[in-house]
Amino acid sequence: MHETEIAIVGAGPAGLAAAVEAAQAGAQVTLVDENARPGGQLFKQIHKFFGSKAHHAGTRGVQIGRNLLSEAEKAGVEIRLDTVVYGIYPDKRLGLACDSQSEDLKAASIILATGANERPLAFPGWTMPGVMGAGAIQTLINIHRTLPGRRVLMVGAGNVGLIVSYQLLQAGAEVVAIIDALPGIGGYGVHASKVRRAGVPILTGHTILAAKGDQAVERAVIAKVDSSGQPIPGMEQTLDVDIVGLAVGLSPLAELAWMAGCQFAHVPELGGWVPVHDEEMQTSLPGLYVAGDVTGIEEASIAMEQGRMAGLTAAQALGCLPSQEAEIKKIEVRQRLDALRVGSFGDARAIARQRILSLSVPQGIREG
Amino acid sequence: MRIEMHPILGEAQWGPKVTLMVDGKAVDAFEGEPIATALLAAGRRVFRHTTKRDEPRGVFCALGRCTDCVMVVDGRPNVRTCVTAARDGMVIETQRGLGHWGTEQILGEKGEQGHA
Repeated sequence: MHETEIAIVGAGPAGLAAAVEAAQAGAQVTLVDENARPGGQLFKQIHKFFGSKAHHAGTRGVQIGRNLLSEAEKAGVEIRLDTVVYGIYPDKRLGLACDSQSEDLKAASIILATGANERPLAFPGWTMPGVMGAGAIQTLINIHRTLPGRRVLMVGAGNVGLIVSYQLLQAGAEVVAIIDALPGIGGYGVHASKVRRAGVPILTGHTILAAKGDQAVERAVIAKVDSSGQPIPGMEQTLDVDIVGLAVGLSPLAELAWMAGCQFAHVPELGGWVPVHDEEMQTSLPGLYVAGDVTGIEEASIAMEQGRMAGLTAAQALGCLPSQEAEIKKIEVRQRLDALRVGSFGDARAIARQRILSLSVPQGIREG
Repeated sequence: MRIEMHPILGEAQWGPKVTLMVDGKAVDAFEGEPIATALLAAGRRVFRHTTKRDEPRGVFCALGRCTDCVMVVDGRPNVRTCVTAARDGMVIETQRGLGHWGTEQILGEKGEQGHA
């Protein structure tokens, strides 16, 4: 059995940021990820981030990823790739599987930064080759430089649907349309304007009825919907496309938190069931922290700040960080988080976050 | 289709060229890239057929999570081609149902002998 002070599951933005903070404070950190490369989904984010300079505004995700990775290496974080965490035990032990071998990793604290899953959308033909997640398309084109098709229908006009559509254009594909069943565009205006300027129609109040083809997608049937979201007969259109991208939201990947026995809450605004946690990212189980999309779907910038908070708190609990220094740093993280959750999108998430915090029992009471 | 030039990412940096044997035919790949991207670039869309209804499946999540793109690789079934690195000379087969151990050619020969 291997031992470490802080074990972090997931080397995406949240996990890397947590690892950097904890290791810089002097803790021994082991960061585990099932993928062959660290960075989670950061390396496919080739657009510039928003926010202030403190939030890396104007920097592309791929560069933020490189910076975090080099900081983590400099701080002495042990990064274990190609390693699946298949179990979590009450004595803060993780079950790891690597190269068809299993081993245990025991830690004083564990931070779960496992991210999220793309949601599917079921309609006739949705299992056919050519229907794929928008995130899958993004991985293929931005990391592996391969277009899975030439003519794309994007389902979902939230930020993911809009950004991936624009990136498809940059990659040389044609985006035939972006549709969304809602009456308005869910994503930021700046992303919507970019695709519209490039001539891509955004059809709100439209849904997909079917994907059709012999062995793979050759066409998609869409239709206008009425105010209750039902397709209006006679308002169908058939589009010649070979790819249907699904950008219909994400769900937190919280299996390990469930397995550990964390208290959960259902928060639709944040993607469904999320582990209840306090402001310092501690779950209902002492010494088990969460950060990033596993706590509710937001953005990479927020995931990084939550990671920093979890890393600081875990390092402080181990005695690596003087409490005054830790408190100052945590206040800075809180301020950056507040600044990120602004505007109508941020407000809704901030209110949902408050609901999660209100469910969290203060540590003193929990232990008493 | 490969994206050679990209307005943000610049010119593509590929690994060394290798050859995969896919259902008995040579397919070009770049060493270290996922098997799936080499197949998509070669125009393939169907990676496997389902057990019960024999329906086609292709790349869905590209993250190693959904298992839609599994194939028989070097005689091993259920290999997630979207997260398995391409290596020169790999023998890859379209998977039917739960797949099989060993390569189809070997099984086929044995099968024929068995029936003869």
